[in-house]
Amino acid sequence: MIHAYKMHGVNIVLDVNSGAVHVLDDIAYDVLSCYDQDGTLDEQRLTSLNHKYGAEEIKEACNEIETLKKENLLFTSDPYSEYIPLWTKKTVVKALCLHIAHDCNLRCSYCFAGTGDYKGARSLMSLEVGKRAIDFLIENSGNRRNLEVDFFGGEPLMNFDVVKEIVYYARQREKEANKNFRFTLTTNVLLLDEEKRAFINEHMHNVVLSLDGRKEINDEVRKRVDGSGSYDRVLPLALKMAEERKDKDYYVRGTFTRKNLDFGKDVLHLADVGFTQISVEPVVAARDSGLDIRQEDLKTVCDEYERLAMEYYQRRKNGKWFNFFHFMIDLEGGPCVAKRLRGCGSGTEYLAVTPEGDLYPCHQFVGQKEFLLGNIFDGLNNSTIREEFIESNVYTKPQCNQCWAKFYCSGGCAANSWQFNGDIKIPYDIGCELEKKRVECALWLKTQEVEV
Amino acid sequence: MKHIKTINSSTLSRDVKKAGCGECQTSCQSACKTSCTVANQKCERK
Repeated sequence: MIHAYKMHGVNIVLDVNSGAVHVLDDIAYDVLSCYDQDGTLDEQRLTSLNHKYGAEEIKEACNEIETLKKENLLFTSDPYSEYIPLWTKKTVVKALCLHIAHDCNLRCSYCFAGTGDYKGARSLMSLEVGKRAIDFLIENSGNRRNLEVDFFGGEPLMNFDVVKEIVYYARQREKEANKNFRFTLTTNVLLLDEEKRAFINEHMHNVVLSLDGRKEINDEVRKRVDGSGSYDRVLPLALKMAEERKDKDYYVRGTFTRKNLDFGKDVLHLADVGFTQISVEPVVAARDSGLDIRQEDLKTVCDEYERLAMEYYQRRKNGKWFNFFHFMIDLEGGPCVAKRLRGCGSGTEYLAVTPEGDLYPCHQFVGQKEFLLGNIFDGLNNSTIREEFIESNVYTKPQCNQCWAKFYCSGGCAANSWQFNGDIKIPYDIGCELEKKRVECALWLKTQEVEV
Repeated sequence: MKHIKTINSSTLSRDVKKAGCGECQTSCQSACKTSCTVANQKCERK
């Protein structure tokens, strides 16, 4: 299978199964369009190019395509099928999303968590639950050494003393258990004072700072409890945090909705004010909520991604470097194919823990009782739901199996699939189109980094 | 080649026999929390 497309005047071809990427001139691109997806040349279609190109150059292009086929760089067959049972067997748990607070000091209109309470009671995780979650993770992680804990909410800074104690406890336990904990924290920044920033810098592998971009865009949706906007409070604190991270990871992370389909301006705004690690991505909002990206918005959004890719390239080339998470792609040393089959690992190696200690496939499923997978005190239950997650990969999802982007998006978000299609194996089509466009932009950027 | 420039070679199938150690980062926990962007993740062995 191949994927051929044009972007900003460049003809790009991805060989799906090998991951090889090629740039073609117009002759080779047109000649390649005369091949079927299985690599068979349609001679009749090829003759239709005779009026456009000379016989010699058509032959040259054909020869080059045939050479790449022989070198397993074009129209390669799928070599992974025999390994799939090995890669998709039952796995250990290696990451937990701890819902430190089911409460929030913002009232964002697009919040999937019901403005922090996950449509239940507003509550905070106790230290007892937090410690037990660390024990549960160690006990269920088998031989995996690298374990991840994300402090999430609601707003985790509303329960920061417990965050600190959990970190101290995990650091104490990791030595005896021969584990390596990596902590991340996702925050709306409002309470990010000097003392908390110092702790985060010392202990957190990554920190995610929520801010949507331009003041008017951010304040339209990210409102404080009194209805006022949050931008003026958040921006200086987030910038301070970013500056103090030095060589440690952080992301300023925004959400765009159908109210700012020109979200590229928000990405650039975040770069202009001084952030260098930026992630802005489409909202996951209920269909027809007024904020959700719709089918009729797709062309606008895709054009915006292409415009952003060009501006991103120009800025990086001209000394205004920043990193946009969704245009990052590692073509040389990225994750192995096994990782690419299953993506985030929700419901299998990655679970969410509520303040009460209940386990769910991920943060987005929390509160949906049919997805309850057990609790940290009694362990995982034998829910058939977990089996569904274990069996879910790009080969068991019919749409993904046929998709050229399957090894880059890895089957998409199970929560989105469930929300829009009632089935974790049927991907959310609008999300798919946007992900494909982001991968196309990322590949185009790679073609610009090398001398073509 | 005159008409085709290869940007990167066969990277996906390169280490197929060693794949799946599971030590790498959980993808959704890096920045996004809503979408799987896996291709930008690092392999712990490299």
